[in-house]
Amino acid sequence: MTAAPSRRDYSLIGRDAKLAVENGLSAAEWYHTDIPRKQMKELMQRSDGPAIRDTAIWLAALIASGAGGAWFWGTWWCVPFFFAYGVLYGSSTDSRWHECGHGTAFRTQWMNDVVYQIACFMIMRNPVTWRWSHTRHHTDTIIVGRDPEISVMRPPDLARALLGFVGVLDAWHAMSDMLRNAAGNISAAEKTFIPEQEQGKAIRIARIWTAIYAATIALALYTGSFLPLMLVGLPRLYGAWHHVMVGLLQHGGLADNVIDHRLNSRTVYMNPISRFIYWNMNYHVEHHMFPMVPYHALPKLHALIKHDLPAPTPSILAGYREMIPVFLRQLRNEDYFLKRELPPTARPYREEFHSDAVAAAAE
Amino acid sequence: MSDWVEACAADDIDEEDVMRFDHGGRTFAIYRSPDDEYFATDGLCSHEKVHLADGLVMDDIIECPKHNGRFNYKTGAARGAPVCVNLKTYPVKVDAGKVLVQIR
Repeated sequence: MTAAPSRRDYSLIGRDAKLAVENGLSAAEWYHTDIPRKQMKELMQRSDGPAIRDTAIWLAALIASGAGGAWFWGTWWCVPFFFAYGVLYGSSTDSRWHECGHGTAFRTQWMNDVVYQIACFMIMRNPVTWRWSHTRHHTDTIIVGRDPEISVMRPPDLARALLGFVGVLDAWHAMSDMLRNAAGNISAAEKTFIPEQEQGKAIRIARIWTAIYAATIALALYTGSFLPLMLVGLPRLYGAWHHVMVGLLQHGGLADNVIDHRLNSRTVYMNPISRFIYWNMNYHVEHHMFPMVPYHALPKLHALIKHDLPAPTPSILAGYREMIPVFLRQLRNEDYFLKRELPPTARPYREEFHSDAVAAAAE
Repeated sequence: MSDWVEACAADDIDEEDVMRFDHGGRTFAIYRSPDDEYFATDGLCSHEKVHLADGLVMDDIIECPKHNGRFNYKTGAARGAPVCVNLKTYPVKVDAGKVLVQIR
């Protein structure tokens, strides 16, 4: 007889949140591949050069494509320009926000802070709220009830996942949260991960952003044109597809409630353009295991520790080929997940940390 | 009452690096600055109790390996989110090639 699958409670103030703290899953000690200190220090070294180069290319491409879109506005020629502008605005900023939030992209901290603020505005993530939510994501990666950044919960809401590609729900929630924060309201869930002394900053930023969006809408109304909104705000929708496409692969279909990133994160080989847009976050097991390593050193880190990791997924397409069937099966059995096999050279998973019932669900 | 305790040999730590030192059931981080000075702080990050000795020393900053929180290891001051609480610092001296920490 098969027991009915338990329903997961993803609320940050719910049953599973309390359970994770009680059973030690929260703030646990995670598995790390052994790396000699000398090599780790070399990998962690910061440098301004790669991020200055990449940021200059990114900003130049953003300005050129935006200018082209505006120039050809009203003709079909604007479409390819806005296609590029949208991805640079609504997808590249996901990785810029992320890396600069970690403080690893640039050696010089103010450069991280400036790019972080710009990218947060474009990707519509409050820089205070999301700094703290991402901190929690690294402490409790895919721990149900603790991780605020689980993009596909179980059983998966496939309609929601698909809508993510055009940013509709993300933008709706971002705007709602911005207006709520601007009104001085920090939610109970936000209070679980934003320290009290930081909450005022989240409110201040929300008010500034509200003023910027109000000015953009006013300009669109005044000029009787959508163009201002095509340049500010809407690219978060029509350009979101790339960051969602690569972002779902980070953890989608893999284990939850484990403390080994090899089980719940996925490294995927990608083409150079996607890696530029994504700032090498395709090396996602490596990033979670060693978040101190800057994006430009992740390929070296990957080469150093791949003997201890599951084989990387060979392409984005291969990632979807393995992930989509898992999502479909989770509709019937939410405990099912893809258990990634380790090579013979790897240290085995510590099964004592992972529930037998959950492990069995993968078979 | 406080004692000077031998933590390590001065050469055990590279310049601009950090080393873990456990003593009396407590854990400390011993730093060697780029100017060849030595410092000591509590060994665990005040944010989530991660060993700072696995982190990165840059100038007078130690960055936590888990969440990239930053402290000035000379003063213990928290210098960047997600750390908000300062680290406790301890006097250090080098005597006959040994790094000594005054543990209170």
